[in-house]
Amino acid sequence: MVTLTAPESTASTAPEARVPESTTVDLAVTSVRELNQAIHNAADGQAWTVTNPGGKHSLAVGIDADIAVTIEGHAGYYAAGMHQKGGVTINGNAGVGLAENIMSGRVHVKGDASQSAAATGHGGLVVIDGNAGARCGISMKGVDIVVGGNIGHMSAFMAQAGRLVVCGDAGDALGDSIYEARIYVKGTVASLGADCVEKPMKAEHLAELGDLLAAAGRTDNPADFTRYGSARNLYHFHVDNSTAY
Amino acid sequence: MCGIAALQLRNPSLHPRMGSLLSSMLCQIVDRGPDSAGLAVYNTPGLVSEGTSTLSLLGRDQGITTAAITAGVAALLAGVLPADAQPAVQVVGDTTLVSAAVGTDLLVKAVSETLPGSTIIGRGEHVAVMKSVGHPMEIAADHGLEAMSGSQGLSHTRMATESAVTAGGSHPFSVADDLCLVHNGSFSNHATVRRDLKREGVVFDSDNDTEVGARYVASRLKQGDTLEEALVNLGKVLDGFYTLVVTTADSMAVVRDPIACKPAIIAETDDYVAMASEYRALAGLPGIDNARIFEPEPGKVYTWSL
Amino acid sequence: MTITSIPAPVEAPVQNIAASDIAALGLRESATFDRATIADIQRAASTGVYDIRGWGAKRKVPHFDDLLFLGASMSRYPLEGYREKCDTDVVLGDRHATRPLHLQTPVTIAGMSFGALSANAKEALGRGATEVGTSTTTGDGGMTPEERGQSKHLVYQYLPSRYGMNPDDLRKADAIEIVLGQGAKPGGGGMLLGQKITERVAGMRTLPVGIDQRSASRHPDWTGPDDLEIKIGELREITDWKTPIYVKIGASRPYYDTALAVKSGADVVVVDGMQGGTAATQQVFIENVGIPTLAAIPQAVQALQELGVHRKVQLIVSGGIRTGADVAKAMALGADAVAIGTAALIALGDNDPRHAAEYSALGSAAGFYDDFQDGRDPAGITTQDPELSSRLDPVVAGKRLANYLRVLTMEAQTIARACGKSHLHNLEPEDLVALTIEASAMARVPLAGTSWIPGQGSF
Repeated sequence: MVTLTAPESTASTAPEARVPESTTVDLAVTSVRELNQAIHNAADGQAWTVTNPGGKHSLAVGIDADIAVTIEGHAGYYAAGMHQKGGVTINGNAGVGLAENIMSGRVHVKGDASQSAAATGHGGLVVIDGNAGARCGISMKGVDIVVGGNIGHMSAFMAQAGRLVVCGDAGDALGDSIYEARIYVKGTVASLGADCVEKPMKAEHLAELGDLLAAAGRTDNPADFTRYGSARNLYHFHVDNSTAY
Repeated sequence: MCGIAALQLRNPSLHPRMGSLLSSMLCQIVDRGPDSAGLAVYNTPGLVSEGTSTLSLLGRDQGITTAAITAGVAALLAGVLPADAQPAVQVVGDTTLVSAAVGTDLLVKAVSETLPGSTIIGRGEHVAVMKSVGHPMEIAADHGLEAMSGSQGLSHTRMATESAVTAGGSHPFSVADDLCLVHNGSFSNHATVRRDLKREGVVFDSDNDTEVGARYVASRLKQGDTLEEALVNLGKVLDGFYTLVVTTADSMAVVRDPIACKPAIIAETDDYVAMASEYRALAGLPGIDNARIFEPEPGKVYTWSL
Repeated sequence: MTITSIPAPVEAPVQNIAASDIAALGLRESATFDRATIADIQRAASTGVYDIRGWGAKRKVPHFDDLLFLGASMSRYPLEGYREKCDTDVVLGDRHATRPLHLQTPVTIAGMSFGALSANAKEALGRGATEVGTSTTTGDGGMTPEERGQSKHLVYQYLPSRYGMNPDDLRKADAIEIVLGQGAKPGGGGMLLGQKITERVAGMRTLPVGIDQRSASRHPDWTGPDDLEIKIGELREITDWKTPIYVKIGASRPYYDTALAVKSGADVVVVDGMQGGTAATQQVFIENVGIPTLAAIPQAVQALQELGVHRKVQLIVSGGIRTGADVAKAMALGADAVAIGTAALIALGDNDPRHAAEYSALGSAAGFYDDFQDGRDPAGITTQDPELSSRLDPVVAGKRLANYLRVLTMEAQTIARACGKSHLHNLEPEDLVALTIEASAMARVPLAGTSWIPGQGSF
C-alpha cells in the first residue's frame, strides 16, 4: 500500500493542538492507483504531499474530501481531474486536461498548464501562475480560471458559464461559440472566435474581477482588463448565420 | 497514434549517453504505442561513418547469410565502382546495415538488385534506422540502444490506426539521405497527396499515411526547400491532425497542425533539445529542472541545428 | 422534418390525386427527383438552413432481413422449446472492472438523453429494462434522479459536451460509456433545438433556456486512441477500478475503431450502425454518413478475434434491431449483446396510430413521424412539453417495454433452440446464410444454397 514517510495524524491522542501533518506519498515507490485509493479514503483536514510525480497521469483525481494535496514536481494528464473538495497545489507544470470537469474546491498550478486546462469545469477555482495551452476553459460550465500568463488558441470554446481571467495574452479564436461565460483579458487577443465580442467593463465586472484576482493571490489592476462575452447571435439556427455553422 | 521521443545533443560530451537517454525517454511513452517501434540514431560510431553510405534494411534475415550479402554486394559493385568501396554488412537487433564507400543512390541500386526482397528503411551517411514489431522496450534492448552514442536520436512507439501492424509500417520513415520523419496523429487526405506524388514518380513502400508526409517532405527538399519551408508547405497540402518530428544529418524540426490536438512538449538547455509526446519522457533528462520547457505553438515550425 | 415553421404548400395538386388516377393520367414520377426529393429542395429554398430531424437512416440498406438461419434437422439436433434450457444472460465488462454487469437478457436500452426524451419516457425505459433485468443508458445531458432511481443497471454516457457530467453520478453508474459517435452521425456532435431546452433541461446542461444547442463533435480533453487510453485510466482511477468502461463508436471504420478501443483499454465496445436513431441531426448526415449495421458487425468481430479478445471484450451492437430474429442474427455474427433505441420508443408508444389525427395536424402521419427535434410529440415521448409528456404513463409504458423486451428475448431463444443452442451466445455465423449478394458480402456468410461469399479473403 501507500508508503508513508511521515507519521499519520494522531488526533485522538493529541487533542486540541492538532497540526495537520502531511502524509508523503513517493511515486518513485508507490503507484498512482495506491495514491488515489488512499486519498479517496482520506478524512477531511488531512494533508498529503506527493513526491517524484515525474509527469505521471491522473494524479489526485476524484478528490471528494476536504484535504490538501501538494504535488512536488510536474504532473501529466488530468491532474486533479473531477476535483470536488479541498485543494490541490502543483509545484510544477501540469499536462493535458488539468482539473478537467472540476466541480468545486481549488486547484493551483505554480508553473504552466498544457491544453484543455479546466475543460468542462462546473465550479471551483483553477489558478495557473504560468501559461496555459490551447483550449483553456473549453466548454467551461461554471468554473473560475485565473491564468497569470498567456493562453493558447480556441480557449473558452463553447464556454457556457464561469469566468476566465487572463493576465497575459490570449491566442486565436478566443471564446468561439461562447454562451454565458465571461472572459477578462489584460493583454492582447490574437483574434476573437465566432460570436465572441468585446463588452463594456461595468462596476459589477470590475468588482467580480477584483475578487477573482484576489482569490488567485494576484495584484493586477482590474481596470487594465477588457471583458469579452457572447454576442448571442448563434443561439438560434438562422439563415443569416449559415457561414458560422 | 503514437508516442514520440527525440533528442538532439548540443554538448558533445553527452554524445556517449545518447542511447541511454533516448532509451529512458522511450520507456515513458510505450503506453502510447505498444504495437511496434522504430529508432533513428545519428553519427553512432560502429553503425555509420563519415564518407560511407549506410543503408538500414528491415529484418535480420535477408534471405541469405551475412557473408553472402557481403559477397553479393561486393561482386555487384566491383563492376561499377573503384575497388575501394569496401562494402560491409552487420546485423543489429532486427535490422541489417549495409555500408560502402559509395553514394547512397548507387548503394540502393546495388542492394535492390542483390537483395530484391529487402526493404530499405534508412539511408545516408549519418543515420541508422531500426524498426520492429513488438514491445518497444524489447526492440530497443535487441538493438542495444542503451549503449549507443551519437549526436541525435529519434524514437517512436506506434498504435497502428488504419495501416497494418508491421515493421514496415513503423516510424520513422526515412526516404531520403539522413532524413527521418515520425508522426503522431492522422492525416485525412493522404490518399490524394499519395496519388499526386505517385504521378510525379515517387515510389511508396507502405500504405501508411505518415510515409506520405515523409515522401512529401523529401520531394520538397529535393526541389530546393529548406527543412522549414518544406514543413510549412506540408501544412498547406496535408490535412488532418499531426505532431511531426523531422531530423536531418544536423537538424531537428518539430511542427504541429494548426488545431494542435496531439501533444508535444519540448525541453531545451545549453546541452540538448528534447521533444516528447508527454512530459514524463523528459522527466529523467539531466538538468531538466533548469530546462526551458514549453509546448510548440500550433502551426509553427521549430528547427534546431547542430 | 423542418426546423422553422414552414407555410403549408398552397397548391399540391398531384399529392391529392389518388395513385390510380396518376397512373390513368400517364404521369411518371422521377426516380431521381421523387416527391420527397422535390419537397427537400423546396424546403431548403424556403428556409436557407439544412433540415434537421430525428430517427435513423430511412433509406433501404442491406439488413438482418437479408439473412436466414439454418435450423436443425438431421445433421444437427434442435432443443425443445419451453422445456430445454436456452440461457440468455450476459456479463459485460469483466476485462478490467471489478464490478461487471450481469444482465438477464442481451437486449439493452441505448443511450437517449433526458432532454431529447421526457422525464416520463426516461422513467418508463428504466422501469421496463429493470423488470426484465437489463440496462438503460443516459444520454447527452446528464443523469436524472428519476432514471437512476428506476434503473437497476444504468450506463452513464461520457460525451464530448460533458453536459451535467458529475463525479458523484459517475460513481453511481453501473458502467461508463465513452461516446465517440453514434451510427446516425459518425463524426458529428449532438443537437437539441430550442423548443426542448426548457428550464430543467437548460439547468442540467448549464445553457440558456430556449437556445438551439449544438454539442461538440470531439472530446474537449483528448483526441485519438493514445490519449483515450490515458482518459480511460483517469476514469478508472476516479471510480477505483470498479466500473466497466464501454467505448461507443458510430460505424464507419469499425475494424480499426474496435481494435483501437480495445488497445485503449475498453471493457466493452459498442458499435452503432447507420440505422441507429437520433433525436435531432441534419438529414444529410443521417442518410449519407456511416455504414449499415450488417456491414459493421463482421468487421468489429474480426478486430476482436485478431486481438484474441472476442467474448472477453464484449461487443454490443445497435442500429435497426427490431425483432428477436435481429437479436439472434446480431449475436450469431458475433455480438455479445444488442441495444435498442428507436424500437424501445415505439414500444413505449411512439408513432402509435391512436395519435393519427395529431400527427396529421403536424404535417406527418403515424409511422412517419420523425420531428423529434420539435418537441411536439403527441405520444409525450420526445418532448419537454408538460401537457404532452403527461400523456405518457411511465408505469404503463414501462410495462409495454418490458413486454416487448420479453418478446425479443423469447424470439431469439426460439431461433437459438431451433439451431440447437443452449445459450444465445453459442449462435455463430455458420448458422446463417444470406438472401442477397450484398448481404452475403457484408455479413460474410454464404449466399443461401451456395458456399459463395463475395469478397471473401480481402478486406
